[in-house]
Amino acid sequence: MASLRSFLQCNFDILRKTFVILFVNVRDALNQAMDEELERDERVFLLGEEVAQYDGAYKVSRGLWKKYGDKRIIDTPITEMGFAGIAVGAAFAGLRPICEFMTWNFSMQAIDQVINSAAKTYYMSAGFQTVPIVFRGPNGSSAGVAAQHSQCFAAWYGHCPGLKVVSPWNSEDARGLLKAAIRDDNPVVFLENEMMYGVPFELSEEMMHKDFVIPIGKAKVERQGTHITLVSHSRCVGFCLDAAAVLAKEGVECEVVNLRTIRPLDVDTIEASVMKTGNLVTVEGGWPQYGVGAEICARIMEGPAFNYLDAPAVRVTGVDIPMPYAKILEDHSVPQIKDIIFSVKKVLNM
Amino acid sequence: MGAQAVSEGTRMVVSARSFADFTPQASFPIKKCDLHRLEEGPSDEALLTREQGLQYYRTMQTVRRMELKADQLYKQKIIRGFCHLYDGQEACAMGIEAGINPTDHLITAYRAHGYTFTRGVAVREILAELTGRRGGVAKGKGGSMHMYAKNFYGGNGIVGAQVPLGAGVALACQYQGNNQVCVTLYGDGAANQGQIFESFNMAALWKLPCIFICENNKFGMGTSVERSSASTDYYKRGDYIPGLKVDGMDVLCVREAIRFAADYCRAGKGPIVMELETYRYHGHSMSDPGVSYRTREEIQEVRTKNDPISMLKERMLSNNMSSVEELKEIDLEIRKVIEDAAQYAISDPEPSLDELCNHIYARDPPMEVRGTNPWVKLKSVS
Repeated sequence: MASLRSFLQCNFDILRKTFVILFVNVRDALNQAMDEELERDERVFLLGEEVAQYDGAYKVSRGLWKKYGDKRIIDTPITEMGFAGIAVGAAFAGLRPICEFMTWNFSMQAIDQVINSAAKTYYMSAGFQTVPIVFRGPNGSSAGVAAQHSQCFAAWYGHCPGLKVVSPWNSEDARGLLKAAIRDDNPVVFLENEMMYGVPFELSEEMMHKDFVIPIGKAKVERQGTHITLVSHSRCVGFCLDAAAVLAKEGVECEVVNLRTIRPLDVDTIEASVMKTGNLVTVEGGWPQYGVGAEICARIMEGPAFNYLDAPAVRVTGVDIPMPYAKILEDHSVPQIKDIIFSVKKVLNM
Repeated sequence: MGAQAVSEGTRMVVSARSFADFTPQASFPIKKCDLHRLEEGPSDEALLTREQGLQYYRTMQTVRRMELKADQLYKQKIIRGFCHLYDGQEACAMGIEAGINPTDHLITAYRAHGYTFTRGVAVREILAELTGRRGGVAKGKGGSMHMYAKNFYGGNGIVGAQVPLGAGVALACQYQGNNQVCVTLYGDGAANQGQIFESFNMAALWKLPCIFICENNKFGMGTSVERSSASTDYYKRGDYIPGLKVDGMDVLCVREAIRFAADYCRAGKGPIVMELETYRYHGHSMSDPGVSYRTREEIQEVRTKNDPISMLKERMLSNNMSSVEELKEIDLEIRKVIEDAAQYAISDPEPSLDELCNHIYARDPPMEVRGTNPWVKLKSVS
């Protein structure tokens, strides 16, 4: 009886351990990535509003203050311009700060420090002064938080030379890209998505390794396809995959490209895909004008892939309005799966 | 300020006997600092050795001559863009450097040439940066407002932005436990910036070893302090942070004050605010003649009665710490250094076009950068 029990216990432990390793939500992936990097390099520290004793406004930094203490996990007052500047100054002087914006909307208060103090300094100093900083936080629309709390900043930050801008979709992205960002000697804008925090994804043992990093600047083909290329970033990658599943039933095979990085943009992967499929639809949550999709289309026009297009490239984007509050309005302000399917069929003349 | 300080300063209080021609050191009474939330301030007496005196003289005179040369080159259109000159304020940069260690840190705004020099960059590299040549300290890519050196974080173009940065450097000092301080400078014009008060708050909360210094030269561009600030007591603006008001035209006053401030910070007491009362002879920048918002008489009065270099010179001469000939000799040496540097700055070639896209990212493999049109693909290396 005892041996049976221990046999069951042993296998249950293995199953449980395997289960925990295999399914990790985006929040925990970010948390574990930060934990491991804090442990690995004592110059790394986290500052932002509510990151310490509150465990993070969205619980992304849960447990870190308890483990690392006041020195390395710092609660700041509600003074974005001040603490972002302090973070950049700390990076100047040899530390490796992670500066959290509770949401990227609040970064507008500090945008001068991100652009003029962080992004441009390596260039202005002709390579003398590095700025190894990560700015991170949730970006884009959430649920019911209305106009001032729903803006996507991928295009704004993606516009600026000197910055790296990263936009993970799933847990693998979140983990690998955040580790890469923290280890990068350049200022990285890390755009998370609040709606993705609670979504679990499978992580392989390789991905759980403490030195697992995903190279910044490289897109990933999430789904192979032949008829049309869907290029997206962040949460919309999931919508593209869902749309692709529906379209597959009608015989349309979509290739889904997950950008992972907004800047530097992996044009090569996009071009290779478009040259294979001949059609392109970009999908993003942000506004259309001067956006990520606009940049991708322009690059395709200017490059070798243009000659392979069977139809003009089009963009699926958020509606060009401030985000409304009422659920029915909000739902119709962001790209839905049916919008992607509709656009694909239009492009393919179906 | 002004006349009283000069006559007080030239009166010798203590003199060491010496068989040499010159007096090796003397003690000078200096103006007492106004204090805010401090029981005691810096000493009201400063000891100056002959060696120090000569060094301060040489440094301040070099900055003076360098700035005047920059003025000349700007008028000849060899320097372009922004050029904010520091002549008149030399005692601030020199006094600060004299009171801190090379391992301490410093950050300032755009009127930065003086500090670039005192923090260790050669005149020729400064002038060549102003003329935009490859021999400039930032290889011609930064310009007047973006010069960097070890423990010197520029040179910053956005008014007030350097203050949180300086507080961040101080945080790094505290974090690393290295007993260093960060001197964070801003002007009377910047003193009303919100981010400065945000920095005060966090520096005080976390007891950062940050010396916040307001160089009050009475004008923020064309706006006098009375027209910009509801309170012109800049040394009190830190509110809960102790402050002192210092005669910024007296290099010894500045030095004693910064020593006091640095000791305060190193003792773990938190940040401190200093106001240096100073004056700029030039306008805000080279595009500002500087006489529409102040009178030529006012400028002239400061030059004759309160010039920082003259003040030091008079002290040394009247205490037999140097001679007219010796100082003249130094002036000639400096003149030569400046002339050589100017020659270099004029003749050094501009950066190669290959440099255009370099230094976007640090420690990254080479990458392609889009040129002005899709067919131009430029190369960028770290």
